[in-house]
Amino acid sequence: MGYKTITEDNIDILVVGAGLGGTGAAYEARHWGRDKKIVIAEKANIDRSGAVAQGLYAINCYMGTRWGENNPEDHVRYARMDLMGMVREDLAFDMARHVDSAVHKFEEWGLPLMKDPKRADLPEGDIGKGAYMREGRWQIMIHGESYKPIVAEAAKVNADKTFNRIMVTHLLMDDAQDNRIAGAVGFNVRTGNYHVFKSKTVICGAGGASNIFKPRSVGEGAGRVWYAPWSSGSAYALMIEAGAKMMQMENRIVLARFKDGYGPVGAYFLHLHTYTQNAYGDEYESKWFPALEKMVGKAYLDTENQHFSHKPIPTCLRNHAFISEVAAGRGPIHMVTVEAFQDPHLEEVGWENFLGMTVGQAVLWAATDIDPKYINPELTTSEPYVMGSHATGCGAWCSGPEDISGDIPEYYWGYNRMMTVDGLFGAGDAVGGTPHAFSSGSFTEGRLSAKAACKYIDDGKADGINVSQKQIDDRKEEIYKPLETYQVGSNEIVGGTVSPSYILPFPGLQRLQKLMDEYAGGVTVQYMTNDKLLNMGLAKLAILEEDLEKVGAEDIHQLLRAWELKHRHRTSECVVQHTLFREETRWPGYYYRGDKMKLDDDNWHVLTTSHRDRTTGEYKMEKQPLYHLVDEK
Amino acid sequence: MPTFVYMTRCDGCGHCVDICPSDIMHIDKKYRRALNIEPNMCWECYSCVKACPHQAIDVRGYADFAPLGHSVRVLRDERKGTIAWRVKFRDGRVKNFLSPITTKPWGSAIPDFRNEAEPTQAERDSELLSFEPESIRLDDGGLHTLESNGLKLKEGVYY
Repeated sequence: MGYKTITEDNIDILVVGAGLGGTGAAYEARHWGRDKKIVIAEKANIDRSGAVAQGLYAINCYMGTRWGENNPEDHVRYARMDLMGMVREDLAFDMARHVDSAVHKFEEWGLPLMKDPKRADLPEGDIGKGAYMREGRWQIMIHGESYKPIVAEAAKVNADKTFNRIMVTHLLMDDAQDNRIAGAVGFNVRTGNYHVFKSKTVICGAGGASNIFKPRSVGEGAGRVWYAPWSSGSAYALMIEAGAKMMQMENRIVLARFKDGYGPVGAYFLHLHTYTQNAYGDEYESKWFPALEKMVGKAYLDTENQHFSHKPIPTCLRNHAFISEVAAGRGPIHMVTVEAFQDPHLEEVGWENFLGMTVGQAVLWAATDIDPKYINPELTTSEPYVMGSHATGCGAWCSGPEDISGDIPEYYWGYNRMMTVDGLFGAGDAVGGTPHAFSSGSFTEGRLSAKAACKYIDDGKADGINVSQKQIDDRKEEIYKPLETYQVGSNEIVGGTVSPSYILPFPGLQRLQKLMDEYAGGVTVQYMTNDKLLNMGLAKLAILEEDLEKVGAEDIHQLLRAWELKHRHRTSECVVQHTLFREETRWPGYYYRGDKMKLDDDNWHVLTTSHRDRTTGEYKMEKQPLYHLVDEK
Repeated sequence: MPTFVYMTRCDGCGHCVDICPSDIMHIDKKYRRALNIEPNMCWECYSCVKACPHQAIDVRGYADFAPLGHSVRVLRDERKGTIAWRVKFRDGRVKNFLSPITTKPWGSAIPDFRNEAEPTQAERDSELLSFEPESIRLDDGGLHTLESNGLKLKEGVYY
């Protein structure tokens, strides 16, 4: 192959993937590492990459401690309740105590945060008077079309170099010291050149996984997945293959959203006060709750007293009621918008909410003549997604900060947000156990990682990094193999996409999606799986892995898709391993273990971790203790 | 399909190719103009539509569920700091929206830490991030800790 090798040497901090997490890391790294070499490797263009590429209409994680609105522990208790207890509370508390400072900086940089005229008596902010406009207890409303380009400026100004269009395929490991990170490799998706980044530390800010379960729309509409189609599970595949311990990978999320466009419902429920009903105009949620209470226990759903406790109902349990009502033949579920939309201001908010973050939903409503002022739109439950920054906490098992986690050996090994691989840190989707971080929390985690990475280097822990030429050459051969496979294989057929010697990335992706859907609890089986199905799924994934050795790529763009597929496959394997390991139904509404339909706190009030052996590919599953924040007295 | 490019408006400048997060806007080798090579990997994020200097790119909703005859057009102006939307329904009704995208001249308010004071050793040894603790509450209060908030971490089943 005629592709050049371009080596970037002597990097101190390499940021792999610069969405909100990675940009936070690159920015903060400069504060603590004035003379350090900070480099970003980004798959797309940092100005419009990651989950926030399209913009956001709300920042979903803001405490408001300056106005006495919430304390960090309030947010931890909320996230714990929503995730049925399964949160790394040390990490969540740490994120929450810092997150407001990130939001205040965003406002300083020019991000328009809406102000609440009713709260104009509160102290002055950077623009205009008064406190931010609350959407809900944790969310503030913003005009965030340019959220990503504004935040990207902060990363670009402070990094030494930003490499756009680099698909990072593998992390590099130190050849002299076991279990230590040494950089990353990948290729430029435009030039095809091979890029080698030798680095003392890596902060993984790559994305979670869309499109590993069969989507509801399988034609053009497959692009309109809830999480971005470019979120290829790279965060997980890179970390798993580097030997990092993963956590809670079974905790996939299913979203109740506007049908087909997957337009967000947060502002509709919280700010517009719209509500749902079944096809016949009836409230349906409460009738499913008594039976559900028996499945999960009174501690998680108290049908009689939930109303008095003011505890919100966990998202998965509301999903369960939705799914059950549709299965009972009273679908579709509608969002009742016609009342709220009579108010012109709320109508404007309803539309701008989509235009600011999910334009496709506005396109769909325009195409189908749905004006929510007159018609109550349909809702649906999505295919499952695996990620760690929205309302779920898949990701790597990371160390907490010393002052919070220092006394807990399972939660602390020296550097905040460092994984079980020395020198490998994470942010956003990469870090497990910190659900409800969202954009601002992911940026904050990037900042925490960056400070810790600087300290790790200053402590001399990254001295003497050694990467052999063999490791670099072997990865190069591996990366370009799909091009060669295609070139050789295509000569034996007249033309077309069907070959006995290779599979192309898209058919390969469809095979992955179909098997994950049918064996691991996707939409076509109503999110149902069991131990038998999961074991069959693992066997099929193993054979798919053999076939992915023969994935073919016609050009560099397909090579990108081939590697995204390999990353999605590795993520899926870990998801199935975890789903098999946790022998209970912890989150009805996200997925069901048909063989273990009850929540089981006696045996499973624990976090799950996995470790994939780098040489044998064997998984070792473990239970990890769950520590909760409780009042000292 | 979701984005598409009008032949007569595109001059092949490549702004869309440069910005597309999904790497699906490419230059057609024969016509030297842009096209969407992979509609089922298009999020309809409008990054390319906003970046096009000639309004040559438009969106036709996903064929799986969107009938023809609609349009959602956008004009993003970094200098004015605004974004304008026009939503046209299949039946011809039109809605217009205008929002701010920034409150500051573009890129002017972002700090380059190389020009700021170096952090002290005490700050390095603390749990504080840059501009903290002032930037958290905008008062003299310190960082929240388990001690300050009267909390401890305890193993077991708590709700």
